[in-house]
Amino acid sequence: MNSDPVIAVDGLTRRFGDVVAVDGLTLEIYPGEVFGFLGHNGAGKTTTVRLLNGLLAPDGGTVRVLDLEPLNDGPALRRHTGVLTETPSLDERLTGRENLEIYADLYGVPRTEVASRIESLLEGFELAHRADEKAGTYSKGMKQRLALARALLHEPDILFLDEPTSSLDPVGARRVHELITRLSQEQQRTVLLCTHNLAEAQKLCGRVAVLEQGRLVALGTPAELARRLGRSQRLEIDVAPEHVPAALEVLEARLGVTDPAQENGTITVIGAERETIPDLVTLLVGAGVRIYGITPQEPSLEDVYFALHGEEVRG
Amino acid sequence: MNWRAVRAVVRKDLKVVLQNKGVSMPMIVVPLVILVALPALAAFAPALQSMPGTPFAGLDNFIGGMPAGLRAELAGLDEAQMMVVLVLVYMLAPMFLILPLMVASVIAADSFAGEKERKTLEALLYTPTTDGELFLAKLLSAWLPALGVAWCGFILYSVVANLAAWPTMGKIFFPNLMWLILAVWVAPAVAGLGLGVTVLVSVRAQGFQEAYQLGAIVVLPILLLVIGQATGVMYFNTWLVLLLGLLFWVVDLLILWYGGRTFRRQQLATQM
Repeated sequence: MNSDPVIAVDGLTRRFGDVVAVDGLTLEIYPGEVFGFLGHNGAGKTTTVRLLNGLLAPDGGTVRVLDLEPLNDGPALRRHTGVLTETPSLDERLTGRENLEIYADLYGVPRTEVASRIESLLEGFELAHRADEKAGTYSKGMKQRLALARALLHEPDILFLDEPTSSLDPVGARRVHELITRLSQEQQRTVLLCTHNLAEAQKLCGRVAVLEQGRLVALGTPAELARRLGRSQRLEIDVAPEHVPAALEVLEARLGVTDPAQENGTITVIGAERETIPDLVTLLVGAGVRIYGITPQEPSLEDVYFALHGEEVRG
Repeated sequence: MNWRAVRAVVRKDLKVVLQNKGVSMPMIVVPLVILVALPALAAFAPALQSMPGTPFAGLDNFIGGMPAGLRAELAGLDEAQMMVVLVLVYMLAPMFLILPLMVASVIAADSFAGEKERKTLEALLYTPTTDGELFLAKLLSAWLPALGVAWCGFILYSVVANLAAWPTMGKIFFPNLMWLILAVWVAPAVAGLGLGVTVLVSVRAQGFQEAYQLGAIVVLPILLLVIGQATGVMYFNTWLVLLLGLLFWVVDLLILWYGGRTFRRQQLATQM
């Protein structure tokens, strides 16, 4: 990375009684990155976000965010960060517009821009038609969109998103994905994404950190993590179900593949590269196997995640 | 101090409180009972004079048992007027203090503990407000309406008391200096007391009901004043209310100083 990190954490530790919620976390996040925080519930993701915003005091280690120290420079820092919390945290007795107006004042949005920004966000998140109704009457997805609008109201440099698409329908989720990509690529804003949605993380995040019981167990791009864990490309070979035994025989005899995963005529060969496909086709056809397709698959973040957590990788 | 942010939190809290019937209804009903129904009923107090078994049946004995200062203040009035003045000026005076106390406690419980319960606190903590601004805003959210209710209530009570007692008194006799001091000096301090105690309780309470119930203990000093005056142990006069006000202000400052020291984002965030 060429530029200075916007978030630099070294040995960050936070305990709650005997429980170590964040255990010696060290990482750097750079401007414009979409950085994924992955981990089970209780892995320390939300606690880390709170530490990075000065809501919690660390028990050990150092944190710098936008070159500020969150605990001592909290108010100055929080002017430049926006947070979408796990629950929308909206005042449900207020209207959608009132929710935004109050937070515009709290974040110090210039008075002359408040109305136009709110209108633009309400339009952008398709909430304008319900803007003057109480937020408590909104659907889960609408509440999530309103909370997201609130997080963006003051145009933060760093956006912390905790499960941003958890309550959204596929169309809504896609729009949020596009928004995240736009914020990162066009506006150079940094996005820290806490998610359980591994496909979402794979699609959006340049790098990910995998946390387990507060410890950082992996950090890097999904491809780097896969390589580090020995997870290589795999081929999915789709053959006629009655020809599976013949195909397995060829794979074992010619490629040394023993006991590959197979399901409904699809055989998965781990470790086979894309370049082997022509020879493989020749061998299988020569053995009389009817082939419907051979698809090379990159190792997914899901593979990596489950491997890191010592669980069986699906597929 | 970021006054724009402070005003935003006050505005938000007041809007939320007014939308909550469980919170706003007591703030309407209790003042109506204390400030309208009770003084209106007091207009009938002279009629009780002839009824056996009431303290008023032997008013002379009753007044005779009261402190000398009170007897001196009632001197020169006929029995019916004495009864009206006794009830409207003295007996109901400590009851009036329940209003700012209750309003401040209810709103503070909703504003601090209720916010935790509704899970809206987290978003507020992520804003650039300082701990001091948040604390001040939360205090003002409860104190200003309590003050408003107390002062509006005082004006309402003055009107109702004079109207209700007109047939007996034949003149505008209310408020006297003691009541003015009560409204301007003591009521804000009592509101501060209700607020301070509820804030201390709310920091640890998980919800509105818990905070409100625990904070209700603060009504005890006011009840003691009511009982003390009804039994003739003491009576409200100008010097006593000045002193009471001073005492409440000192307690307020101590509680708020302690509350301000313990009101920390980091403390609140650990409870979310």
